Amino acid sequence: MTGQAVLEVRNLVKHFPITGGDIIRRRVGEVHAVCDVSFDLFPRSTLGLVGESGSGKSTIGRCLLRLHEPTAGSVRFEGRDVLAMKPKEMRRLRRELQIVFQDPYASLDPRMTVGAIVAEPLRVHRSGNGDGEVNDRVRELLRLVGLNPEHGNRYPHEFSGGQRQRVGIARALALDPTVIVLDEPVSALDVSIQAGVVNLLEELQDRLDLAYLFIAHDLSVVRHISDQVAVMYLGRMVEIGSRDDVFTHPSHPYTQALMSAVPVPDPVRERERPRVVLTGDLPSPSDPPSGCRFRTRCPKFAGQLSEGEQQRCIDEVPALVDHGTGHPAACHYAQALTVL
Amino acid sequence: MAGSVLEVENLHVTFASPDGPVKAVRGLDFSIGDGESLGIVGESGSGKSVSMLAVMGLLPRNATITGSIRFRGQELLGRPEAELRKLRGGKMAMIFQDPMTSLNPVLTVGFQIAEAIEAHRPDTDRKGRLARAAELLDLVGIPNATTRVRQYPHEFSGGMRQRAMIAMAIANDPDLLVADEPTTALDVTIQAQIMAVLERAQEATGAAIVLITHDLGVVAGTADRVMVMYAGRAAETGTIYDVFGHSRHPYTLGLLASLPRLDDTGRERLVPIPGSPPSMVHPPPGCAFNPRCPYARALCKAEMPVLRPIEGTGQCSACHFAEDLNGARPT
Repeated sequence: MTGQAVLEVRNLVKHFPITGGDIIRRRVGEVHAVCDVSFDLFPRSTLGLVGESGSGKSTIGRCLLRLHEPTAGSVRFEGRDVLAMKPKEMRRLRRELQIVFQDPYASLDPRMTVGAIVAEPLRVHRSGNGDGEVNDRVRELLRLVGLNPEHGNRYPHEFSGGQRQRVGIARALALDPTVIVLDEPVSALDVSIQAGVVNLLEELQDRLDLAYLFIAHDLSVVRHISDQVAVMYLGRMVEIGSRDDVFTHPSHPYTQALMSAVPVPDPVRERERPRVVLTGDLPSPSDPPSGCRFRTRCPKFAGQLSEGEQQRCIDEVPALVDHGTGHPAACHYAQALTVL
Repeated sequence: MAGSVLEVENLHVTFASPDGPVKAVRGLDFSIGDGESLGIVGESGSGKSVSMLAVMGLLPRNATITGSIRFRGQELLGRPEAELRKLRGGKMAMIFQDPMTSLNPVLTVGFQIAEAIEAHRPDTDRKGRLARAAELLDLVGIPNATTRVRQYPHEFSGGMRQRAMIAMAIANDPDLLVADEPTTALDVTIQAQIMAVLERAQEATGAAIVLITHDLGVVAGTADRVMVMYAGRAAETGTIYDVFGHSRHPYTLGLLASLPRLDDTGRERLVPIPGSPPSMVHPPPGCAFNPRCPYARALCKAEMPVLRPIEGTGQCSACHFAEDLNGARPT
């Protein structure tokens, strides 16, 4: 990865308040949704952000667009400080920075035609002169995502899930963005349909020079589409690196467990390969474990470390640095392992 | 077939709808042997859940079911509800996708498991049933089971609720356990735990398992045999190694080619299956897969293929040209 990052995220933190009390809503605690997350997104490349539910991956996506206001940290888009922008500047920025949501059923207004849905960003940003130009652009966008431009006057319910997701993509593309946050864009789709949308995203990236932040829980899709991969656990980034580095030499025990848990559709390999089964459930993000947040479920912590070594996991938050495995991993005792 | 738990023959399920009858299952034959594990895979709307709900007698009244469903040789279709109720939760049990909605939020987990035992063994006493519930929770790997039996579903995490559902399903030592997308709502690390629990539950009870899923990877890891469904019919059946290793049906081949794989190192393009699944009100004539099939010929539109054994292989395929598909992947 060379050149200037289009998006630089540094020490991003997002806490959500927990309120209690019957009449007066008092703040009784905080959910630590995202904790000290930093990464760079480079032009024309894809960063896959993976993690299980509650890992904070969607919150990061939303913080970048300030759909959630981050608690601390900095986000720079082409060198400009996003978090310091006034609403007017922010609106201008959103032309460049778009988002596609997971649920193609909930993210399209059922009372608008898909033509009007795709045209809406053009109208809001007063892009294009007059209805004629807007209509031409809408037809072009629908064609670009593989839909019939004649279907612009139909309503979302007349489309299948895969087609609706294409409408959502067309809407995100309307203003010629440079970065698109894709929040679980194919998770709600059947496999045979999912492949078409994944291919479309790849084609669009090549044609329109887009950078993607691809948020997903499906590691197989992430391995397929990403150039770089970052793994999240309970609000913290535990590992980041090039796709091949992370998948061939996962160094954080969580990444290793996650990869070994994903089933592969090959009965011979699936039954032979080593499996790291994690015990227990995700701890509460309002009261995360001290030190390394993964230690309560970590097979390495439980099985391989001496008491003295364990104490370090309890006391000290592991830094996300290269521990000699070629890419950063946030584990005091990171060690590359092949699990596939 | 000797030693088979369940035999389904020519099963049809049709729902009344304002647009006309929806033919959800259209002539399905399969059987499950004692202690066997069968995976049923297919996309949404392929009829995989509906066919097993028909077996369990859990379909709503607007469903018309014809054909034959025999459990241990006894016909289930047309049986009075009271008799079915004796079987359900007893000799045959089901685990659903969403453990959040299938547990009653105002009753303790232990009470609900004890209730399942009481329904089939009314002679047992309450204390004994609760003790058995704790034993079952322990079996499915819930720590501090004796405390947990007194807790409510909201005090359980998603994975633990699914464990509790499994405990409830095996409470009466079933012969047939149907798991309908048991891990779809769960994270992968929890999914791996639940699949291990299901295996343990099968060992403990010796039950045959039907695993309904859209995840080909999950089936690859656990099933002995697999049935691939498309548009309410079986497209292909066989051992997991035959079907995944050298499939003889274009739909199975298409599914495998469209799937990004964790163990794929190259950045090859995925091959999506063109088009979308057919309307079950007006399924296409002939082979239902023909509008999306790269190998479709005139015969495919004219004649519906039957599921037949393919010579030289161990599997059955419902494709007119199965012999020509030598495990090739479409490109």
